[in-house]
Amino acid sequence: MDLVVRVLAVMAGFLVLPLVVGQVEHKVMAHMQGRVGPMYAGAFHGWAQLIADGVKFVQKEDITPKDADRTVFQLAPIVALFPYLIVIMTIPLGPGLVGASLDIGLFLVLAVLGIGVVAVLMSAWSSANKYSLLGGVRGAAQLLGYELPLVLSAASVAMAAGTLSLPGIVEAWQPWWLIWQAPAALVFFVAGLAEIRRPPFDMPIADSELVFGYMTEYSGLRFAFFLLAEYVGIVVIAALTTVLFLGGWHGPYEQQLGWLWTLLKIFALAFVIIWLRVTYPRMREDQLQRFCWLILVPVSLGQLVLTVAVKSLV
Amino acid sequence: MSETPGKGLLDGLAVTLKTLTKRATTQQYPDVEPDLPPRSRGVIALSEENCTVCMLCARECPDWCIYIDSHKEEVVVPGAARARQRNVLDKFDIDFSLCMYCGICIEVCPFDALHWTPEFEYAETDVLSLLHDKTRLGEWMRTVPPPPAHDVLGEPSKEEATAARKAAGPGAATAAKTARPAAVRPRPGADR
Repeated sequence: MDLVVRVLAVMAGFLVLPLVVGQVEHKVMAHMQGRVGPMYAGAFHGWAQLIADGVKFVQKEDITPKDADRTVFQLAPIVALFPYLIVIMTIPLGPGLVGASLDIGLFLVLAVLGIGVVAVLMSAWSSANKYSLLGGVRGAAQLLGYELPLVLSAASVAMAAGTLSLPGIVEAWQPWWLIWQAPAALVFFVAGLAEIRRPPFDMPIADSELVFGYMTEYSGLRFAFFLLAEYVGIVVIAALTTVLFLGGWHGPYEQQLGWLWTLLKIFALAFVIIWLRVTYPRMREDQLQRFCWLILVPVSLGQLVLTVAVKSLV
Repeated sequence: MSETPGKGLLDGLAVTLKTLTKRATTQQYPDVEPDLPPRSRGVIALSEENCTVCMLCARECPDWCIYIDSHKEEVVVPGAARARQRNVLDKFDIDFSLCMYCGICIEVCPFDALHWTPEFEYAETDVLSLLHDKTRLGEWMRTVPPPPAHDVLGEPSKEEATAARKAAGPGAATAAKTARPAAVRPRPGADR
């Protein structure tokens, strides 16, 4: 019974949170550009726009190109979406409020996030399209590169907390970690942005040169899965940054209102992700790789040294 | 690289955040009527009784989108030596799928038969329906804004000036004499 409730709660969060973030993105992006965004769907300020989009996607024809590798092509969107579901399962909302409390939660999360690159390569190769392939190869290079700073900065906070369990990390968290772990937090957040291929790290999609990258040949429901994966990705990266670096449920009345603090922090970070997307132009492929290998990786390595040094002193 | 690194990035973030707090400039057109200037160039109206079929508009139109047809009618004036003829307008069409809204036809019309009106909602699903005939062009006359008032400091119109002169009798002041006070030319070297 308890398990059923937990799974249902995680599924609800998995389906509702991305839609809220997507709607917020529509409206925030519009107003940042001096527009009003969707206004008609659902009558009040277009609140039902994403539901209408979903209905539209379901009605569309599900096309598989003739030369495509059918099985792989049709499986790729699921592979893109499913890892995020597992990640959301392990994220603690409040004290004791977690889908699945694992001792090696962080390890599992990082391992599962790495599956994203497989989905990208699957969709790219099976589409039998040059744009898809180029986008996929770019995506693979980007995801493999940014995996390193992501894991290193997460390792730093795991060392500081002395545990790999996500609730354990939140419990061990102290407010002064905000300064101590600040470089790791920045690196994790930025690398996370690159992992979910959000602008300014959307070189694999790059609609002005690659049509839509590895998603070019997708339509209908499978394309909607890819889009949903992007929004779930925002939630996941915001939630992981919250849990690892911003103290998760810590805040006033955390025993009762812990879940509220976690959600507030997640939405604040989601807003920042949207804000960055509106503000910055896409990074070029070489800039993207240089930024990863020459800035993020050294910074995260330096943070590891700092963490060990402070840890041995305290 | 004279400024601090990262300043541009922060400035960019500030711009988008500032725009977020301002009101959107979107005009909610189908819901809210646009606030157009009163003499906007929306569509051309025809005042049929003013038209003398002189064809100036049709000939000046750069893309030949005005089609005029007419026939002659005899007008018998009692007491005149012979019957006179006048042109009667049969067809006056403007094809708004070709019109480029330059307004030359309106400029060139000597009898004020053509006018701009600010109406603009005459889109059609069939391009052929954009050919407005003289009835349709005549209906637009209701929407023509009244002409702007005369400049109070300007010269009076020729008709007014002639009537006033005739009323005052020969040798009285003419419009040219009364329009402006005579310019007083300063004597050279007076202010030195």
